[in-house]
Amino acid sequence: MKNIQYIIIGIFFGVIMLKSEAASWFRIYEMFQFKAFHMYGIIGSALVLGVIFVQLIKLYEIKTFNGEQITFLDKSKSVSRYLFGGIIFGLGWALAGACPGPMFTLLGAGFFPIIIVVSGALLGTWLYGLLKNKLPH
Amino acid sequence: MDLINQPIPWYIAGPLIAITMLLLLLVGKNFGMSSNLRTMCTALGADKTCDFFCFDWKGQRWNLLVMFGTVIGGFIAVHYLSGGNTPEINPEAINNLKSLGFESAGSSYLPLELFGTSVFSSVKGIFILLTGGLLVGFGARYAGGCTSGHAISGLSNLQLPSLTAVIGFFIGGLAMVHLIFPLIF
Repeated sequence: MKNIQYIIIGIFFGVIMLKSEAASWFRIYEMFQFKAFHMYGIIGSALVLGVIFVQLIKLYEIKTFNGEQITFLDKSKSVSRYLFGGIIFGLGWALAGACPGPMFTLLGAGFFPIIIVVSGALLGTWLYGLLKNKLPH
Repeated sequence: MDLINQPIPWYIAGPLIAITMLLLLLVGKNFGMSSNLRTMCTALGADKTCDFFCFDWKGQRWNLLVMFGTVIGGFIAVHYLSGGNTPEINPEAINNLKSLGFESAGSSYLPLELFGTSVFSSVKGIFILLTGGLLVGFGARYAGGCTSGHAISGLSNLQLPSLTAVIGFFIGGLAMVHLIFPLIF
């Protein structure tokens, strides 16, 4: 039964990504051209509510459905890995027009050439693993 | 009922994404999609090639199930909720795209020049999609997260490294669209 909850959350997220057009290459292009508020509105409003949720969880020590503590790990401090990694990711995000969530949604939606993007993403992840120790972090 | 056939406006979509993150926190997990790519690499045998992939990938099974759900979500959205229609993007953006050769701008959900099935027989198209994916996969792991992990989860927890990463996302995205697109399209 526990497995079902993860699939349901994924379905929920996938429907939102596709129906909000956040999975559309055109919306990503438009965002980087500053021609529309749409994507900024999605990310911005998600963030406002997200910050409130996290602060409420911390303030009231809200537990998981199973009664366990919710812990937030601080990200390790660095600039180079986040900046360089972020720039590389951004280049790909604009070119492929899909990030790692929506690319799977698009697969389900029947846009089969996205398989090439997913293959590239797996290849890129593998390359990072091979080169990790040679990169500034 | 007509409402579910409409696109989801930004002010509904954003909060629903935040709720996705909240639901994952409440079942004791985290919202971050790109780590699935690492898990898939390990499941495909990358653990034989370097330490980065040596971890118990079955512990990440829950996230693969979330990912599987997003695939089903895409199917449901297109087949039962009238998803996949043409987004109403800005007319200036459409003109810019047409001048780059994207004739399908303003008349499809994704550019047919890159995501129509004819791309399978286009060396340039395959190269562009593969390179785009490669940069996404490499960059996400280098930065330790993607749009969901940094821009949503990390920033919601007021993490400075996530802000650095998101600034990076935009530097890269702006450079691609403004500087590189005119060279490659």
